[in-house]
Amino acid sequence: MKRAPFRTIGLLLFTSLVTSPGHGDELKDLYFGEALYYAHQGYFFEALERLDTEVRQHENIDEPELDSLFFHIDDAEFSLGDFELRYRMHHRAGRAITAVLEGAVDDVVRNDAAYRLAKIHFQKGQLSDAIDALDRIEGRVPDGIRDDIEFLRANVYLAEERPVDASAVLKRLQGSKDFGAFASYNLGIAHLQDGERDKALAQLDRAGQIVTDDATELAIRDKSNIVLGTILLEDGDFERAIPYLNRVRLDGPFSNQALLSAGWASMSIENYERAVVPWSILAEREVTDGAAQEAMLALPYAYGKLDIHGRAAVYYGKALDSFGAEVDKLDRSIESIRDGKFLEALVREEIRKDKDWVIRLRSLPEAPETYYLMQLLATHDFQSGLQNYLDLSDLRRKLLTWHGNFDSFEDMIGIRRDHYEPLLPEIDTRFRKLDSRLRLRIEQHKMLVKRRDDLLTRPRPEFLATRDEQAVLARIESLEKQIQAADTRDRDRLMQRVERLKGVLSFTLDTEYHDRLTAFDQNLRELDAVMAVSQKQYEQYVRSRQAATHSYEGYDDSLRRLRAEVGDSIRTVDMLMARQGRLLEILAIDELTARRSRLENYRDKARFALADSYDRATQAQARSEQP
Amino acid sequence: MSRLTRILLALVAASLPLHPGYAQEISGADMKSLDGQVQEIKSDVLSIASELSDLEERLLYPSNTQMAVFVSIPEKEAFRLDAVKLEIDGQLATHHIYSFKELEALQKGGVQRIYTGNVPTGDHQLDVTVIGKLKNGDDFSESGSFSFAKGVEPKTLGITLAGPGLGKKGILVGDW
Repeated sequence: MKRAPFRTIGLLLFTSLVTSPGHGDELKDLYFGEALYYAHQGYFFEALERLDTEVRQHENIDEPELDSLFFHIDDAEFSLGDFELRYRMHHRAGRAITAVLEGAVDDVVRNDAAYRLAKIHFQKGQLSDAIDALDRIEGRVPDGIRDDIEFLRANVYLAEERPVDASAVLKRLQGSKDFGAFASYNLGIAHLQDGERDKALAQLDRAGQIVTDDATELAIRDKSNIVLGTILLEDGDFERAIPYLNRVRLDGPFSNQALLSAGWASMSIENYERAVVPWSILAEREVTDGAAQEAMLALPYAYGKLDIHGRAAVYYGKALDSFGAEVDKLDRSIESIRDGKFLEALVREEIRKDKDWVIRLRSLPEAPETYYLMQLLATHDFQSGLQNYLDLSDLRRKLLTWHGNFDSFEDMIGIRRDHYEPLLPEIDTRFRKLDSRLRLRIEQHKMLVKRRDDLLTRPRPEFLATRDEQAVLARIESLEKQIQAADTRDRDRLMQRVERLKGVLSFTLDTEYHDRLTAFDQNLRELDAVMAVSQKQYEQYVRSRQAATHSYEGYDDSLRRLRAEVGDSIRTVDMLMARQGRLLEILAIDELTARRSRLENYRDKARFALADSYDRATQAQARSEQP
Repeated sequence: MSRLTRILLALVAASLPLHPGYAQEISGADMKSLDGQVQEIKSDVLSIASELSDLEERLLYPSNTQMAVFVSIPEKEAFRLDAVKLEIDGQLATHHIYSFKELEALQKGGVQRIYTGNVPTGDHQLDVTVIGKLKNGDDFSESGSFSFAKGVEPKTLGITLAGPGLGKKGILVGDW
């Protein structure tokens, strides 16, 4: 039971290392690139919206291999799961990544997906599923996540209380560039979990001496030292604990805890002068810090042990004033949370842009004292709840904007309808007339083309006769018939004359046939070009005419349905925000109440200790004044 | 265990992260159920967003006049892109000033849709002006003019900023 806190500490060192899709092969699909553009900026809603649409469209086309997303479909599906994971949509992300795992994909992609799936399971506390997913990793592993996989595996083993398996993995990770420090510390925790106290101390000692200038690794080094010091304190090995506690940096995140414990270690071996040193430093630090508050009480306690009761009384008095002021501050903070100011402050955009936004909250008027909430804010439950609340707040903002846009869309559609509806009937009437004329011309054009094509295979010179020649030919044919019908002696002579005339005409038609056919073809080609222009204009008109109708028709149902859906979603988001907000408020109020109750306890102790110190100081003075 | 050690342990334990008494009021199941509902509404709103984008596109940018311009930066380009200005047929289409996050997203392989608008079918001219800073801190400004033809289908142009110092060659414009 005693070791439970360390197990928790070990798991806290699991880092968030979701890898980011970066440059791969040449990008062929712009919309996938656009989704990445949003994702790289942390706008996962926008990234998901675009990529989801793109992938859905790709899945619905008949020949996907002709689509540009075809080249990236594995990456795209994988990114979809990745973005969902980052947008905290674990249910969908799990499904998307499982789909990739079950698809026929490259080892590298599948292994990456298996790792991410394992991570989702781990985050959700589904440890055996996490192990199953990790066990699916085989073949080529992406270089960038090789150590991530092993570190995750070790963390799952630790969470499953399998310290021997965890140790074996962590030992292999000792030289890792990214995880060496984490693995070194966690190996110490694994030994502790395994009941190997000496090994654990030796390992934490090593982890507490790593040479680095990386801020995270420095924090792990401090953590190793403070855990080591605390274990020795628990075992009553006070003298040995002190050097480890002294290793913790004075400006690091564990400094206050180290100073406090160092003071208690010195007190435990009755070295009161030495206890005063760290506590004097700590008592001057940020008054909202739990360790600093405790030091404010511990420092005069040490002075009392040194029989410096006057100074002890002064420090108890100071602590009493300070605790009183802090209790008042906590009361105001609790009140401010109950008034909804905490939630109002949380969603303020300008605050969230600052990386220290949580601390900056306290500078807002009527916002609660967030220094008291720092530990709470760092917990997984609160973080998840807070992120959900912020996501809901963003969704609400989007939904309200869309809701406002519907009026504009309807106005726009109304204006278009008012503009087009009076114009279109007349335009349609004129178009119908033009349309029938154009169709006639198109038929004529087709007939001429056919004639030209026939002439190319079967020459018919008479078809290329001029109007005059056709008239002459008709006249000759008419004369021919008349002569044949007439009962005259000159028939043969007349027929000869007619034949001569016909011969002259045929001679002209035959000899000029090729020139005429060439001219006919040339003219037809010119006509083709004119007809093509007409056809283009016709099609352009038809498209414009369709666009005119489409600009205001066919939207009503969609708009009505979307308006209703947006309205429903706003109501759902409001309800969820209220519930989520209430949970956050309860968590925050409980935290502040617990801190308040501890401060009241300290205040009572300070009050009694102050009186006691005055008595002792007075008695000491009386003793010194006795002859 | 000595009395002092017990006090010490109590104090050390007290300074570890607190586990407030909300457990009675807020159960893990409540949190989980709420989280599930939040995921559900996210999914619903995403699907609304997708439909709305489609509707907006049909309404504002019909396919026969739709034109979109995208910007990308090739891998390993280290210059700082400050702004891109686009003019279509001499008219200002957009002037985008880049934030650090946007530039980083481009450098990591993201593609930015910088402009969506409407142009009639036919031949047009696109003028691109890019300003930024070189690796050595010097300012640069480069421009290029490009012709393109708009057909009846939506037109998509990609601008690749291949890096300063190449003049017009540093700005590549092509169909996508």
